Parts: sequence; structure tokens; C-alpha cells
Amino acid sequence: MVNQLLFLYCAVVIIGTGLVAVRAKNPVYSVLSVMVLFFHMAGLYLLLNAEFLAAIQIIVYAGAILVLYLFVLFLVSLRQEVKIERFIASHGVSTVVSVCLGACLLAIIPSFKLGAKGQYPVERIEQLTHTKAMGLELYSNFILPFEIAGLILLIAVIGGLVLARNEKEVNE
Amino acid sequence: MIPLSWYMALAAVLFSIGTYGFLVRRNIIVMFLSMELMLNAVNLNLVAMSHYLDSLVGHNFVFFIITVAAAEAAIGLGLVIVLFRNKKTIYVDHINELKG
Repeated sequence: MVNQLLFLYCAVVIIGTGLVAVRAKNPVYSVLSVMVLFFHMAGLYLLLNAEFLAAIQIIVYAGAILVLYLFVLFLVSLRQEVKIERFIASHGVSTVVSVCLGACLLAIIPSFKLGAKGQYPVERIEQLTHTKAMGLELYSNFILPFEIAGLILLIAVIGGLVLARNEKEVNE
Repeated sequence: MIPLSWYMALAAVLFSIGTYGFLVRRNIIVMFLSMELMLNAVNLNLVAMSHYLDSLVGHNFVFFIITVAAAEAAIGLGLVIVLFRNKKTIYVDHINELKG
């Protein structure tokens, strides 16, 4: 019962802050409401016994990615942003498309059936602790994707450096 | 016990909110932010399903998705800075050199 109330609270806050994020006039409000959304998403991960992912969600998403968004938002000019139109000209069509997409996704949920059970029931994860269980799975079955993820991060570092460098100032 | 369909319904609603934001906004930074919302909806689905399936595969997928989202944010925001430096605008309907 407590869990269900907690879920409903998180769900209401997530949907509300999501709508604020996509409709707010000032993009800074969008970024800050997405931050609230990420914290409640971490709460949902805790409800699902995924405490490592909840920590990652707060540290990486709310801590690193959103701060990057805020910095870039302050680098580009914001003065005219709050005055001019914030939606594209054909936003009516886009609204219809996304509402239809949501209705379709909600309509197919009842026909979903769970597959075969895996080998990590909650008791085993609790006994191993979630971080250790995830590490065992990660380093035994997902070692190649793990290496590729490291390569992707390296490419992101080099790409970010190359893109953000100011050619004119370097040449002068 | 919370039914799995509640999590899936929340993820579906969040995904369509993200789609709405991506299609409707002119500001490219808010469009990127809507993309993060969509990635989070998928993450929620994966974690909920792997919890109800007694599996850890979904958790590891979420780990990789967060990595890719961080890389995507770094490169995408670098592109936004280059765009603003060259065009002095971050509105997608002002960027129409190709007349598409």
C-alpha cells in the first residue's frame, strides 16, 4: 500500500514536471524541472530494488548531464528567448501525432505477456547486494559491450573537444 | 505489490511527452532535453521488466544507455555551440540552408 502510494506520487510528479519541461517558456525552467523528474525517476528505481541505478541516475544524469545542459544554455544567448514564439508553426500536427503515439502505446500494454524468469530473483540480489550482482553480470556476460562503451566515451571526449574549440582564436 | 502495467503505462506517457517536446519546440536544446526524457522512459521500462522477470539484463542495458546518453549530450551540445557560433541562432526553423 505504501509502495503504491509512493509510486503514484512519483508518477504524478514525473508527468507534471515532464509537461512543464516541454512547455515552459524559459529553457532554464525546462532544465530544472527535468532535474526534479530525474530525482523522482531515481525514487522509482529504488522501488524496483535497483539502488545502484538510482545512484547512477542522480550522479550522472542529474549531476553531470543536466549541468552540461545548463552551461550550454548560458553560453547561447537567452535574451530574446522568453519574448518570441516557442513552438514551431505546425505544432498542431505534432500534438496530434504524439497523442496518437501515446494512445497506441497505452493500448498495447494489456496484451503484453512476461517471458521466462531469469536467474536473479530479489532474494539473491539482496543477498549479493545489487552492485555486486550487476558487476558479476556485467563482467561475465557483457564484457564486449562494456569495452565498446568505453570507446564511445573516448569518442565523446575527443569530439566535444574538437567541436567546442574556437578555430579563429587558435589561429591568431 | 505494484503491477508491471503501471510502470509500462508511466513509461508510455513519458515517452509520448518526450516525443511531443521533440516535435513541437523550436529551441534545439529543449529538443535534446526531450530526447533525454524518451531515453528515461525506455530505461524505466527496462528496469521494471527485468525486476518482474528476475533478471539483470535490463539493468545492464540501462547502464549502457546512460553511458550513451552522456556521450550524446556531450557531442550534441558541442554541435549546438558550433551552430550558435556560426549562425547566431539555436532555432531549428532558422537553419534552412538546404531548403528542405
